[in-house]
Amino acid sequence: MSERNTDLSVASPAIPNGSAAAAVLASGIGILVFAVTAFAGDKSPAIKSALIFYKPTGPLSGVAAVGVVCWILCWVLLEWRWGKKTVSAKGICAAALVMLALGLLLTFPPMVDLL
Amino acid sequence: MEITARSLWTLIHGMGFGALYLLACSGGMVELYRYTTPSTQYTPAVGSERFVRWYLIAMVMLAWVAVLTGTFIVYPWYRAAVPAGTVDLSGYPQKLLMAHASTIGWHSLGMEWKEHVAWFTPIAITMVAFVFIKYGRDLKNHHYLRTAVLSFTAASFLAAGVAGFFGAMINKVAPIQGGQTFQLSHGEGK
Repeated sequence: MSERNTDLSVASPAIPNGSAAAAVLASGIGILVFAVTAFAGDKSPAIKSALIFYKPTGPLSGVAAVGVVCWILCWVLLEWRWGKKTVSAKGICAAALVMLALGLLLTFPPMVDLL
Repeated sequence: MEITARSLWTLIHGMGFGALYLLACSGGMVELYRYTTPSTQYTPAVGSERFVRWYLIAMVMLAWVAVLTGTFIVYPWYRAAVPAGTVDLSGYPQKLLMAHASTIGWHSLGMEWKEHVAWFTPIAITMVAFVFIKYGRDLKNHHYLRTAVLSFTAASFLAAGVAGFFGAMINKVAPIQGGQTFQLSHGEGK
């Protein structure tokens, strides 16, 4: 990502935005990975049975584990890369919001049935 | 008046953690908006930013405890397998809902949506709390990040609302019951 600061600030930010951008993008990625994993489990019986990490909860246990682990790994990685930097927040936030919207859509059952 | 252990856990999960999160979320959104609006004339009192930080930490804990108790304690009772030859499905809510055309939607739409979308709440609010704790009022100087933080807070509210609504309705149509029974009080004839 670029080092430019494209924020529409009203004052100079006291803290570089990299750490917050990392947290925001990691959340978007985690949510999208969660939704895509749930979608894949719904469409493929093989994936569904592979996602049964804890039998009483069924495939939801695997979906949750995959989503949460991806979210934390992405967060740690992005924090390590951007933590002390100023990054272009516009694109990062837009990407995170698109991933959030896609995640919400992909968990809506009528949408899952449609695809 | 009595309650079963499974009903009590469902109550703790939904009314205790879930509903409390929804209540907290509305206040949290207002405080986040006020604190991070660039043009606001609002001047926080001494110590109020610290209060909001603890408030957000409490929201994070509520969100995680709600999804974890829902996923690993209540949900297994909801989706329990029916032993062969069972006629009375009252102890098997998922199968009870799926047995009737008039109630199957509560599972195929309600529970299928709720069980997944609910997980977005702790992920989103954990990020929001982290960003607010780290940046505080400086967030008002980060326009795009502020928009993202407020949007994720609203999404967490929406996700918790969907989960709460369907949880309450499903438990009304096919309640989770069973386990040890606790006597709350002895009824008296009038």
